Amino acid sequence: MKQFTHFLEGFGSAVQLLFQSARFVGTLPRQRARFIDQCYLIGYTTLPIVAILCFFMGSVLALQSGYSMENFGAKQFIGSLVGLSFARELGPVIVAILVAGRVGSAITAELASMKVYQEVDALVTMNIPPARILVLPRLAAVLVMMPVLAIIGNLIGWFGGAVVCKYVESIAIEPEAYFSALRRYMKFKDVGTGLMKAEIFGFVVVLICCSIGLNTRGGPREIGASVTKAVVVSLISILVLDYFVTKALM
Amino acid sequence: MNPPIHRNPITAVESPAVGVTIDGLTKNFGTFQALKNVSFTVEPGEIFVLMGPSGSGKSVLLKHIVGLEAATAGRVLINGQDATAEHTLERIRIALVFQAGALFNSLSVYDNLALYPREHRFGDEATIRDKVMRALQILSLENSAQKFPSELSGGMRKRVAIARALVMEPQLMLYDEPTSELDPVMSATISEIIATLKDEYHVTTIVVSHDRELALGIADRVGILMGGELVFLGPPASLRQPADPRIADFFHPRIDLKNPRFKTLET
Ligand SMILES: Nc1ncnc2c1ncn2[C@@H]1O[C@H](COP(=O)(O)OP(=O)(O)OP(=O)(O)O)[C@@H](O)[C@H]1O
Ligand SMILES: [Mg+2]
Repeated sequence: MKQFTHFLEGFGSAVQLLFQSARFVGTLPRQRARFIDQCYLIGYTTLPIVAILCFFMGSVLALQSGYSMENFGAKQFIGSLVGLSFARELGPVIVAILVAGRVGSAITAELASMKVYQEVDALVTMNIPPARILVLPRLAAVLVMMPVLAIIGNLIGWFGGAVVCKYVESIAIEPEAYFSALRRYMKFKDVGTGLMKAEIFGFVVVLICCSIGLNTRGGPREIGASVTKAVVVSLISILVLDYFVTKALM
Repeated sequence: MNPPIHRNPITAVESPAVGVTIDGLTKNFGTFQALKNVSFTVEPGEIFVLMGPSGSGKSVLLKHIVGLEAATAGRVLINGQDATAEHTLERIRIALVFQAGALFNSLSVYDNLALYPREHRFGDEATIRDKVMRALQILSLENSAQKFPSELSGGMRKRVAIARALVMEPQLMLYDEPTSELDPVMSATISEIIATLKDEYHVTTIVVSHDRELALGIADRVGILMGGELVFLGPPASLRQPADPRIADFFHPRIDLKNPRFKTLET
């Protein structure tokens, strides 16, 4: 019961934070510098790890499906399997999980420490709403960067699959055949759905992490507790949302 | 008598100086009573010094004035408006110098000071730069403009916090122990700043301080909190020979080296 009220409280303050930030959308042009900073942090610094993870995810996917499709003599469809799984599911989810772990945790740590060391209080007394300068630029930046990260993740994942198909002897499919299978069954809608999902996950993750950070109470110890909580809640939200968004976009 | 006029140093807009009314303020943290039915008023353009032992509720009281804490009972009015109402901070410029400074750790000293004028669009960068540099000069910080808070000493941090409040050009200025970490010369400078702001611009000021010199030197009135209760309210002159033994002990503590307080800890 207590957990449930905690959940409702957290949900409520995240929604409230969203509305507070939305009120200041008009100030975004003036906050260009902060927005670009956040784009750099969310996008550029996450890119290497997105690349590595997506490459190996694509490779493993090709390897496993090569192994199991062998039995049906359906090896030539590996390309479309890797392609569709990545575009519709794996790309957005992997990118969102990495953003939660790498960016979300950093956001919570920063905002929680600002809260604990009274910097947030100082902003409030200066009549500078934290939602305006701390939350809004991050939400805007994640909306811009998520599709970019997801597209790059997809491309690298597809490429990882192609590499495995070519060089693993038991599969041995040429890249031309792999990519033509990938193209044949892929519709624009599949990629679009994936990008939409990435957008939603990223936005929710950043909102959750900002909200938990700003609601930190107590001393420095609570900073760590908030970060853990933010990452756990983000991961759960991604997977739960994944089911419902996928169903809605089918 | 008409209230004194606060003159905004930038816009030269004149408005009545701000008055603060604390009305039956009570604050509980769980079962602990941090403030017990505290009432007093700070007249427009007045310097009010709030004193009291550590843990007596001074900082908590200041937080109520800027609306960072919500009262359990009673209220704080600033020019007749409730301090917790959102529009109060929008209409009345209040600066609080936090006890711990509360500097923005990710910003340089210069940017700490420039944040407020930039966000509230005081003018172009050159205008803001002038203001920021002048505030830094007043507090002898001009060589630290590019440093970050983590690179400053405790006293320097306090001075940056005061400079940041000066740049806001507030109508109501609240200091939480402005001189606790400063040397005597710098403390005197702070007293001069407080007095000048009052004389020139009629900035209403509340200073929380243990500094007796400062209190007796610049205060128009003094309040003393003990255990969350207001035990004294009056002009500083009447503190020279306080009648209340608690206050006398507070100002003239005796150091008793034979006191067993500490010895009981050694076993
Ligand atoms: N957020 C809080 N939660 C619980 N108790 C609090 C909180 N803030 C302050 N207190 C308690 O309220 C009392 C008054 O604290 P306050 O910070 O106002 O003291 P102070 O008079 O400013 O002391 P000092 O001179 O040491 O700064 C203390 O006993 C403190 O433990
Ligand atoms: Mg205090």
